[in-house]
Amino acid sequence: MPQSPAMIPRFPQVATYPLRVLPFAPLSAILTAFSRKIAQKHPGMFRRLGEHDHTRFVLDPTDLPFVICLEPNGGNPRVTVTRGRRDGAARIAGPLAALLGLVHGAYDGDALFFSRDLVIEGDTAAALALRNAVDDAELDFAQELSDLSGPLAQSMQRVLALIERRTGVNLSRPEEADLW
Amino acid sequence: MDLTAGPTQFFWSKDRWLKFYTSLADTPVARVVLGELVCSKRLPFYQEHISEAIDTLQNAGKEVALTSLALVTLKRERKLTADLVDMGLPVEVNDLSTLPHLPKGTPFWVGPLVNVYNEGTLAWLASLGATRVCLPPELPLESVEVLSKTAADLGVAVEVWGHGRLPLAISGRCYHARLHGRTKDNCQFACEDDPDGLEVKTLEGQPFMTMNGVQTLSDTHAAAVYQTDTLARAGVSALRLSPQSQGFPAICAAYHSLLQGGTTAATTAAELQSLTPDARFSDGFLQGACGADWSAGQPVPVE
Amino acid sequence: MVMEIVCPAGTPAALRAAVKAGAHTVYCGFADETNARNFPGLNFDRAEMREGVAFAHQHGAKVLVAINTFPRAGHEAIWHRAVADAENCDADAVILADAGLLAHTARHHPGLRRHLSVQAAAANADVINYYAETFGVKRVVLPRVLSVPEIAAINAETEVETEVFVFGGLCVMAEGRCSLSSYATGKSPNMNGVCSPASHVEYHEENGVLDARLGGYIIHRVNKGEAAPYPTLCKGCFSAGEKTGHLFEDPVSLNAEKLIPQLQKAGVTALKIEGRQRSRSYVAQVVRNFRAAVDALDAGRPLPEGMLARLSEGQAMTTGAYKKTWR
Repeated sequence: MPQSPAMIPRFPQVATYPLRVLPFAPLSAILTAFSRKIAQKHPGMFRRLGEHDHTRFVLDPTDLPFVICLEPNGGNPRVTVTRGRRDGAARIAGPLAALLGLVHGAYDGDALFFSRDLVIEGDTAAALALRNAVDDAELDFAQELSDLSGPLAQSMQRVLALIERRTGVNLSRPEEADLW
Repeated sequence: MDLTAGPTQFFWSKDRWLKFYTSLADTPVARVVLGELVCSKRLPFYQEHISEAIDTLQNAGKEVALTSLALVTLKRERKLTADLVDMGLPVEVNDLSTLPHLPKGTPFWVGPLVNVYNEGTLAWLASLGATRVCLPPELPLESVEVLSKTAADLGVAVEVWGHGRLPLAISGRCYHARLHGRTKDNCQFACEDDPDGLEVKTLEGQPFMTMNGVQTLSDTHAAAVYQTDTLARAGVSALRLSPQSQGFPAICAAYHSLLQGGTTAATTAAELQSLTPDARFSDGFLQGACGADWSAGQPVPVE
Repeated sequence: MVMEIVCPAGTPAALRAAVKAGAHTVYCGFADETNARNFPGLNFDRAEMREGVAFAHQHGAKVLVAINTFPRAGHEAIWHRAVADAENCDADAVILADAGLLAHTARHHPGLRRHLSVQAAAANADVINYYAETFGVKRVVLPRVLSVPEIAAINAETEVETEVFVFGGLCVMAEGRCSLSSYATGKSPNMNGVCSPASHVEYHEENGVLDARLGGYIIHRVNKGEAAPYPTLCKGCFSAGEKTGHLFEDPVSLNAEKLIPQLQKAGVTALKIEGRQRSRSYVAQVVRNFRAAVDALDAGRPLPEGMLARLSEGQAMTTGAYKKTWR
């Protein structure tokens, strides 16, 4: 069910230490490839961005020591992970779990915003377009990741489900029935 | 183009009300719309003077019409609306609720608070007997031009909001009463203390809106001085001037002189500023990025 | 008769979520200036509308298409096309506000059911009956300026079905008669289908203090830990006379769930939920709760308690004009 934003899990501090030293180039490459797979599967999502489909979005998981820069490029997206601030037309910041929960339809964007778990800066219209486009696409990262894992799909799903249960972070689309 | 004085949007004492409308007899306005537009609770205070004002204005050669309320909800208000036509004057419809009370074929006027945004609505109103329409202040020049052309074909006279604080919203809730911690039913006529409405500022002290009972107006006074040539060319037949407590006859004279070609727009703007030194002006609905914009920038230099 | 739940859908996903959650009826609009929620990333293209209507019909639900802005002079064809396309998509009704567009629809699409939008602000029985006689309007969405007894009085005087808002955002001004937004931003509900548009919103947070501006005007300033309302003009914080505060309306949202039995007694046909700009999860949850409420009412059971408080996170609730003291 849609959780109260008060219950949004925060990424444990200690787990962020490795992220402070790891190189981000491989992660950027993986995420770019992942986002292009999603783009192929959900072309409607980029259509829905309309005039904002070339806007540079900065997604800032506030409990992690990096930001994610998303450039939709009209359906041929690029994702870059960097430390520190990045410039973009619109910045959407909040705990990683809130951002993932939004993608998976577990949270309502307005509710997160009212409670200030989510902060929007810059081009508000672009941020709104992204949120609405993502909401309509009914994405499921766990499913997409498993699809990419070929013969390891089932193991991948099990691992992700475990992480989901342990952390309370939405990595997949909640079942309709679960919403209640 | 000529000039129409609209109904006052504010709550004035009966003496102020009568004095104001009597004074219009000596102004160059061609016609006057009077009566209560904003709040039915105000009407009883000056109702007794309405006939006298009508006589004075008609004797001075002015065409006179009676406005309906802008928002009709209560039984008493419906009755009031139904009775308007009995006065024998043209009724200016400012809420479509007035239409069912007009006997079929009665000519009527349409005020700025009716949503006439397009040719279809204009043609429909003309088919019912509308002879004069003051367009909503929100309309840009492009719309005014299209509608004036349609109106000419339909034989309808078109007016455009020329001067005065812009009516931006009407509500079921009384903000003056709310400000004083009262309900609308027990408002104790808080709005009477503000003959031109009460200034509403932002948290940074920037004047923004004007509170007037159930109505919300702009802080700026709309002033279409820079658009009169374009409006005249488009076929607009009158500018609507909205009453204010200070300097109104002089404002009418300034616009009259502008329309007669006696002065330039910039001179008129400067004159308006000197007549009302504290006023800020706008013409952004007609020609700007937003309603609050002003062609000449702020403030207008006094020549 | 069970009261009809009329639910918003800003996207095809939200439409499906609403139908699955038990909506009797869903309302939505085309992705252009013809509808009053013309927000970035929202609404339906023609193919999506056709599929959405088909999906709803398969599940026994209806779809209403809101074409409730006021056509722009010289460009009425855009709105006329929207009406024709709604009919072609097999929509169950169109929701219209403009008299000219109603006249056009009554004449050229007589078989298409016509509802009167809240944007027409038809606030008394005289004008509602007039719309019915003149344009064949079958249902009116009542403006949010009326109290429950006034709604009952209207229903006693008209055969036209009434639909009232029960949940979500709340206009304090008479709908369709407000140009506050275009005064500050140039974009208006009537002409552009947007109020206080996101394109003119700026947020700035410094040391925990969040400023929200619209068209450059500061609308809210909130401290750390305080809820952050969207800078809707009529719910902003301003000063007048000696007072500073929410002079027009507090940043509240409407919740009339407790008034459902009274609204039913007042003769209301349908309960409308606001929020085409909200997420599919929000829509589904609100729908499910209201559906449970009307089903309970129909079965003579008590209403489920306090079901929706968490959905307006950070926002207080009000029963709005339904209680007379609101005025």
